[in-house]
Amino acid sequence: MIGNLAVVLFDGFAFGMLLFVLSVGLSVTLGLMNFTNLAHGAFGMLGGYAVVVAMRDLDIPFLLSLPLAFLVAGLVSVVFERTIFRRLYRAGELNQVLLTIGLVFVAAATMAYFFGTGQQPIALPAYLQGYVELGGLRFGAYRIFLVVVALVIAGLLVFGLEHTRFGARVRAAVDNQRVAQGLGLNVDAIFAVTFALGSGLAGLGGALAIEIVGLDPSFGFHYLVYVLIVVAVGGLGSIGGSFVAAALLGIFDVGGKYFVPDMGAFLIYLFMVVILFVRPVGLFGKR
Amino acid sequence: MLKKTAAALALGFSLAAALSSTALAEGTVKIGLIMPYSGPFADAGAQMQAGIDLYVKEHGDEVAGKKIVLIKKDTGGPNPDVAKRLAQELVVRDHVDVLAGFALTPEALGAAPVATEAKKLMVDMNAATSIITEKSPYIVRTSVTIPQINYAFGKWAADQGIKHAYTLVADYGPGHDAESSFAKGFKEKGGEIVGADHSPVANPDFSAYVQRIKDAKPEAVYIFIPGGSQPAAIGKALADKGLTPPNTKLLGQGELTMPDAMESLGKNADGIITAFHYTLERKDPLNQKFVAGYKNLTKGREPDLFSIGGYDGMHLIYAALKKTKGDASGDALIKVAKGMSWESPRGPITIDPETRDIVQNVYIRKVEKVDGKLQNVIIDTIKDVKDPLHGAK
Repeated sequence: MIGNLAVVLFDGFAFGMLLFVLSVGLSVTLGLMNFTNLAHGAFGMLGGYAVVVAMRDLDIPFLLSLPLAFLVAGLVSVVFERTIFRRLYRAGELNQVLLTIGLVFVAAATMAYFFGTGQQPIALPAYLQGYVELGGLRFGAYRIFLVVVALVIAGLLVFGLEHTRFGARVRAAVDNQRVAQGLGLNVDAIFAVTFALGSGLAGLGGALAIEIVGLDPSFGFHYLVYVLIVVAVGGLGSIGGSFVAAALLGIFDVGGKYFVPDMGAFLIYLFMVVILFVRPVGLFGKR
Repeated sequence: MLKKTAAALALGFSLAAALSSTALAEGTVKIGLIMPYSGPFADAGAQMQAGIDLYVKEHGDEVAGKKIVLIKKDTGGPNPDVAKRLAQELVVRDHVDVLAGFALTPEALGAAPVATEAKKLMVDMNAATSIITEKSPYIVRTSVTIPQINYAFGKWAADQGIKHAYTLVADYGPGHDAESSFAKGFKEKGGEIVGADHSPVANPDFSAYVQRIKDAKPEAVYIFIPGGSQPAAIGKALADKGLTPPNTKLLGQGELTMPDAMESLGKNADGIITAFHYTLERKDPLNQKFVAGYKNLTKGREPDLFSIGGYDGMHLIYAALKKTKGDASGDALIKVAKGMSWESPRGPITIDPETRDIVQNVYIRKVEKVDGKLQNVIIDTIKDVKDPLHGAK
């Protein structure tokens, strides 16, 4: 029984880590730049398709195509940021929401046009398939990989934003744009890079998600709800918050379905409601 | 109430208008297609349309001296209201003679009253809930029903000596139908269901349910989930926990091992046993010609249950029109459709004259390696299966 609990906790944590990679970028753009980007999941989908094309048509191995997903999603997002999104930085939330949700529809139709409406399977390398046995318990190999990737990303992000010069600039640009600009910071460029980073992470998340949840043109809609829950529960702009929220969400989702399967699917919403009731700004939110 | 009367009146007026204008439409038979061309079920719509297009391409667009015209309407998904409105528009504005398509049960249920009122033949090319054909005397089904496959499958499984099974189904109408009909057949032959779980229809991660199954240590697991991303996801979750054949028998309806799911599952698909009415790999000249033609039309996509439903639906319409010598009235068409039987790429099929539902073979298939590639290999055929629920009240 304790063994089962360990396995369920691990499965939930791993699923949570997938949600973390998918959503942390949104937490950054929403929290730091005040831009409500509902098209975040669409960039995740883009990363997924990048991996599919890389692996299937270009024969690039899985591990090498992951950074590719990051780059493609990041680069495409910069184009959008420079041409479309930046016009709406000072507009109201409603305009931002309408534009970005519209983009999700466009993205879904575009992908359906080029890749068809079906699922896009990829074949993982053998070492990421099956399970690893530890003390009589079986842990999915791919899930272990997910956890490792997510921990590395979380570490890099925290370090990058809190302990590097670039991180200091981002925080300065966010806290007070005009002063930062007055001090000679190129706020435009900083925002563009931050945006690319966030979307790139979504792309990586989308790529990692193929194996667990699949990939089709409706990806951008499907995971929007989960991503928004993570951001809302974690608190805007907090990387630690996104991490904790995603982990809790994953564990609640999997644990709930394991222990009370009849209402398991509902538990995560209950969890969100309770947390937002107690802490309306999210677990680690500041405002 | 007032609204309803008004709607009925409007429909009545426009029907009269429609009748007076059929003279104009002399020489054509219009078929209104109602299905999800966009939204989460767009893939089902795309595959069904390709099946329809293939039939028209192979057999020409002229039957009994009439030109066949297809009019497509998009429901966007399981929306009964939209389907009903589209059916009304098709009848009233476009003067269609036949309503067809219906990938999803809600679409068929929405359109059924319109078919009855307008007296139009309605061909259900996929929606698989038993009750649909009972909703209008003008409905014919050319796809499959879930109890048809799974009741026969449950009996078959118990006959193979499987004693204890655990069922995991998606938590919606078709899932419940599958669960109860499999369990009924399985228990009638002496099997025992040791546990039953329902997963949300759009469940992203199956590890929790699979762990529950693992705890119960059943001899076999029966799974029913909609096609799309989930078959691969659940197959992988099972493999992650070591629940794979031959140690644990995996049973399911055909969606579980559809081509894209199989590609994604890789070697984890080996040994899964499924029951289905259409098997892509079935060695039969008619089927091989169908598959080749389909791949040619879709640039490489393989046909699935939606494709065959659309293809046979068109066959039914064409054959019925030939018999009525081009009379496209609902009463004439439904009369000749009853009892019609033909060789389809899926095997021999018949329209039951009493229920207007399809009677067909259920194929039991096992995933095996053939020439180094995993595919569904037919290991048993249950002949001429009827839906067990019609008339069983």
